[in-house]
Amino acid sequence: MSTTSSEARDERQDEGRWSPSGDRDHHRRTGELTPGEFLRWAWRQVTSMRTALVLLLLLALGAIPGSVIPQQGVDALKTQNWQAAHPHLTPIYDRLGLFSVYHSAWFAAIYLLLMISLVGCIVPRLFVYWRGYRAQPPTAPRNLTRLPDHASYTTDDEPAVVLERAARRLSRGHRVSTSSPDEADGWVAAERGQLREAGNLLFHLSVLIVLVGFGIGSLFGYKGGVILVVGNGFSNTLSQYDDFAPGSLFSADKMEPFCFTVHDFKVDWIESGARQGMARGFQAPLTYRDSCRGDPSSWSAQKPYDLEVNHPLTIGGTQVFLIGHGYAPVITVRDAQGNKLYDGPTIFLPESSNFESFGVIKAPGLKPGTDLGLEGLFYPTFALVNGDPINVMGDDRNPAISLLAYQGDLGLDTGVPQSVYAMNKADMTQLKKPDGKQFRVDLQPGQTAQLPDGAGSVTFHGVKHWTRLQISRTPDVWVTLLGVVLAMLGLLGSLFIRPRRVWVRARRTDGTTLVEVAALDRSGGGDLAPVVSSVVDALQSDRSGTTTQPKET
Amino acid sequence: MSDAAWETLSNQAITAAGVVYFLALISHLVEWSALRTVPVKVPVAVGAVSTGAAGGSASTDEAPDERTTYRIAMFGRLGLLLTIIACSAHGAAVFSRGMAAGRVPWGNMYEFTITGAFVISAGYLLLRKRHGLAWMGPIITAIEVVLLMVAVLWLYSPVEPLTEALLSPWLVIHVMSAIIATGAFTLGGITSALYLVKARAEAKGTAADRGYIARLPSLPSLDRVSYRINAFAFPVWTFAVLISGPIWAHQAWSTYWNWDPKEVVAFITWVVYAAYLHARATAGWRGRNAAILALVGVATLWFNFIGVNYFSTTSQHSYANGAPVVSLRDR
Repeated sequence: MSTTSSEARDERQDEGRWSPSGDRDHHRRTGELTPGEFLRWAWRQVTSMRTALVLLLLLALGAIPGSVIPQQGVDALKTQNWQAAHPHLTPIYDRLGLFSVYHSAWFAAIYLLLMISLVGCIVPRLFVYWRGYRAQPPTAPRNLTRLPDHASYTTDDEPAVVLERAARRLSRGHRVSTSSPDEADGWVAAERGQLREAGNLLFHLSVLIVLVGFGIGSLFGYKGGVILVVGNGFSNTLSQYDDFAPGSLFSADKMEPFCFTVHDFKVDWIESGARQGMARGFQAPLTYRDSCRGDPSSWSAQKPYDLEVNHPLTIGGTQVFLIGHGYAPVITVRDAQGNKLYDGPTIFLPESSNFESFGVIKAPGLKPGTDLGLEGLFYPTFALVNGDPINVMGDDRNPAISLLAYQGDLGLDTGVPQSVYAMNKADMTQLKKPDGKQFRVDLQPGQTAQLPDGAGSVTFHGVKHWTRLQISRTPDVWVTLLGVVLAMLGLLGSLFIRPRRVWVRARRTDGTTLVEVAALDRSGGGDLAPVVSSVVDALQSDRSGTTTQPKET
Repeated sequence: MSDAAWETLSNQAITAAGVVYFLALISHLVEWSALRTVPVKVPVAVGAVSTGAAGGSASTDEAPDERTTYRIAMFGRLGLLLTIIACSAHGAAVFSRGMAAGRVPWGNMYEFTITGAFVISAGYLLLRKRHGLAWMGPIITAIEVVLLMVAVLWLYSPVEPLTEALLSPWLVIHVMSAIIATGAFTLGGITSALYLVKARAEAKGTAADRGYIARLPSLPSLDRVSYRINAFAFPVWTFAVLISGPIWAHQAWSTYWNWDPKEVVAFITWVVYAAYLHARATAGWRGRNAAILALVGVATLWFNFIGVNYFSTTSQHSYANGAPVVSLRDR
């Protein structure tokens, strides 16, 4: 097959493809258009395949920054750190919406335009397809030999016989139409693979369904996180969350009134091999109630569940996921007089995969200026190597804390919100040993340390696990799922169904019958030479002894 | 057999496969260097498949001498045979890696790379006859040598248990479809690259009547082969990225679409290939521009696999060790 003939065939594929418009008006300049015509022109530009293609590429391009620059909605902490490290770029990036690319106006503009383009293209094509589906296959072109894939031969059979044979042969898998019997130059037209366009339309419509589902999910849904020390309970109200990311149309009274208590946290530590010290087999047994609204007597029954990674707990339309864990040392801080300033488990955040964790304890004093603050590390399995404390592994086999102590004003009364994981040391002074050397509270469970200068004491009772849970609600997630499944079906149809037209013409010349066969692939990926030759073979096989001159191109 | 024995077997088989691929590459190079002396219109058997312009009548003085013909046929067959042997060893390596780990062998970068490379070479061998891919021989073997070297030298890690989040039946479904699509897109990308090379040679008029470029299939048929392979890979990729991925993400991380860097780049790849499919049906874009889009697609695909793991630490696809994902906002 030569290059030119294939290009000629490709040109023909344009008909009935993406662009629903003809190019009749394009020789006129836009200045000559009436407003109505201009609108029509603009609509055609937006719905043209070329625009769709450019928009697709823009969408791909626009998504790139979000994979390179940390995103507020994906990793808030990392974004903050990045912003702190790039003070000059941050305002510019912020203006451009580069910290939340996928919620920015310009990104929305790209995909909304793409959707408009898609609708503008698909809807007219739906009607075209609807009308064309029932129509007869089109009449055979006059000159079949002008098609790139054709063959011809002569035979002694009457044209009517040949055509009848062709119609019979092509009726398998094709819709067939024939010329009227009185036509001198008879033909048979056959068509197959009309479902390709149906698949194509289904795919594009499903993209809209997916978008609607995605929209519902992110507008009405929410996602929140909470760190829960084992033994503590959680009830599903806004104030209980540590972080909460609601959709724009989310309303808090739609939150399901469940509650649960995490009773334990189990984890297996790999003792040997390449991944020695790795944790796995996380399990957080909990009990939950579907409804904890109102009086405890009206609460629904309590049910147990073993929460595991990859096995979320589904309560109504909300799901609870286990996504992290860590340690919370139980510490009591007393002042000089022995008053308890602080008592309880404190969440320490893991700093590495072996769960060496960092945490802060803020113990407000009874009198101004006597606040006590502790800051430092927790070692699950502590060991001293050459006098330096190190952490051996993540399991709490020999827990120890090593904290620096501060006294002064924590600034908790100023009304400025503070992170519980950081201490404001502006008005705090570090406590030192009498000889001026650094003082450290190094404790193992059950031990108590006296602070210098009689500032008080610190007791380390033991350690509890905490679990980090993600709680999210994605309303009508089935819409999205349905959308992608339909899109997949449509996609398969539109890629693998091969629409094809086959024509046979037969006419009497010089005492013999000239039979012409041609085929046209409307999907542009088919190799038609074998199709044509198989039809020719089938037509000839019924009769031997005819003179044949197959002409392949 | 013990796990350790399986692991040793896997490592040895990978080495063997790499060496045999290299030998296959050399045979193909000998074959194609011998072919350079023969004008295209003279029909000879390339890689045991007859090519050359149909009906081309060779004049006697252009016909290759017997030694050249023998060398072409001999080394073509040898190259194919060696590729088959290497691919079998490669398959055995992937299989025994799975046996050693007691799970599917695609839990980390090394395993993903050797499995993906296996899909490329097996795909080439399977499609070779049907699509007439004999001309791909030298390229495929070269790619296999490079991929296996990268895998063994830089990505190797001993068999180890998976992190918790990876323990799911979706590991089989999601990653397998991603591997198949990656292998197929790579094959399609090779074809598109050669399309561009050949189109350029033809446009500049430097296309010789002999040599590698001249023996490539015609431009329309390169374009068609590339389209068929990509059209196969696209739904598989769609399934991996937009169906099985989100379902698994929904189970493991609570949101089916998280705008995780790996997800984003996978989506970009998807959009680029969607654009490729549209471009083939748009006047002014088909042919050269479509081929360029296919290459951009392959670039994003491989950047996603290798680049994202190295450049982004936020990705939840980092096959991270046990480090928990703890990101907390101030409260």
